[in-house]
Amino acid sequence: MNLALNMNQAAPSISTAELEIEIREIRKSYGETPILKGLNLEIPKGQAVALIGSNGSGKSTLLRCTTRLIEPDSGEVILHGQNITKLTGARLREARSKIGFVFQHHNLVPRLSVLSNVLHGALGRKPSARLWFQSLATNLDREEAMYCLERVGLAQFAARRVTQLSGGQSQRVAIARALMQRPTIIMADEPVASLDPQAGEEVMNLFFQLSRSENLTLLFCTHHLEHAVDYADRVVGLSKGTIQLDQESSSISVAELRGIYD
Amino acid sequence: MTEASYPLPNRFERPSVVSFALYIFIAWFVVVSFSGAGISLSNFIEGIPNMGTLLSEMFPPKMDRLGAIGKALLETFQMAIGGTILGVILSVPLGVFASRTQSPHVLVYRFTRLLISFFRSVPDLVWALFFVATVGLGPFAGTLALMIDTIGFCARFFAEAIEEINSGPQEALTAIGANRTSRLFCSVFPAAMPSFTNTAMYSLEKATRSSVVLGLVGAGGIGIELKVSMDMFRYAEASTIILFIFLLVVAVETLSTKIRQKLM
Repeated sequence: MNLALNMNQAAPSISTAELEIEIREIRKSYGETPILKGLNLEIPKGQAVALIGSNGSGKSTLLRCTTRLIEPDSGEVILHGQNITKLTGARLREARSKIGFVFQHHNLVPRLSVLSNVLHGALGRKPSARLWFQSLATNLDREEAMYCLERVGLAQFAARRVTQLSGGQSQRVAIARALMQRPTIIMADEPVASLDPQAGEEVMNLFFQLSRSENLTLLFCTHHLEHAVDYADRVVGLSKGTIQLDQESSSISVAELRGIYD
Repeated sequence: MTEASYPLPNRFERPSVVSFALYIFIAWFVVVSFSGAGISLSNFIEGIPNMGTLLSEMFPPKMDRLGAIGKALLETFQMAIGGTILGVILSVPLGVFASRTQSPHVLVYRFTRLLISFFRSVPDLVWALFFVATVGLGPFAGTLALMIDTIGFCARFFAEAIEEINSGPQEALTAIGANRTSRLFCSVFPAAMPSFTNTAMYSLEKATRSSVVLGLVGAGGIGIELKVSMDMFRYAEASTIILFIFLLVVAVETLSTKIRQKLM
């Protein structure tokens, strides 16, 4: 797999591309503590956006509210033109199926094989019991899952249990699972926080390459300011539930980004 | 030596008046319980010669009814297997409904918890009496009694195992858009499987031991053979039956341990 960076690949600007994610006046409180205070954000198709901010600034809550893994108290989230805050049941699941979500601790099912975990990525768009375990799946689905594994460079580990993989490999399997969704958006909640620096670079590199080659919209949280500058087109800084910074990554330095943590 | 600037905390906390009164009550109740249980050292010492007589009449074990005993033993084990498998299968959905994290509604959760508690609190011998009275004498009544007893045990532990699993994979599948059934089969059951297996195997051991006793009330198995032997003062034959029961229980426990080790 070629993980070489090509930073010259063009990213769309807000004014020219269609909007993929629109977040309008999102509010969320835990008890009496407000986490998101009427936050607005627009992300065009194909743009890579890094969310930065100190612990408790609302990054993870914003990502989860965007897919309604956490219900926002008020506000709207519009994904590819569809207001998902109004959806329920099968229609909400269908909307979620187009968003690949990668978690900090990969959240793979530990007792199952790598291939079964990747196959689960198709459960949203195709709710079939044959996707529960790789032994039941159709050849077509198995081949697609193998192709997703090849793209993250782990096809040789398809039959292994995920507990036999390293942290970096597990995170790449989680990315393969997200690819199996055939997503238009990928969201990642601190995807390299539990990885060593080298594995972290590999995973971020993979995100970058995939988002560019597939024209995927990428929204990721990170505390690695270098990653925000290197792999995102745009950096959004959160502080106390509001956006304090929203700038193209090419026009800001890591030192300037540190200011958001003050 | 360095001295801390803060005073050391007390080694033991002084109990409140209520706690102290509770401790005194518990201590008093334990003493009264020994008296209420009829524990008597003199009666025990007086009974030792009788025990010796009975044991001497039991040896050597009599082997002339091996065929009948073997058949009854096989039936006992078949009851244990049938009751355990049916009980474990029914415990899976009940365990899901009885878990706080997976139950579809709080009323379903409460009702299922109550039902499981009821199954567990009624002894298997009472269930056997109930089924003998309803479906008749024989191993089917015993199998049903063991099934209910297994549900009372397994469903509770299955529910607790489901509640304790890491919620991360479920959240990932929710984010993918998987429905509730897929989430159960793809993340909840695989994660809870070691605990399910452990509980199911322990249930089989428990059911094997219980199935011996159920025969005493006519619910099939070797228990009836043991009762007849004891009632007819054929103690040598009774000792053979006890020996075979012991071998069966040990065999099931060994097999269960090996299966658990292999699957964990």
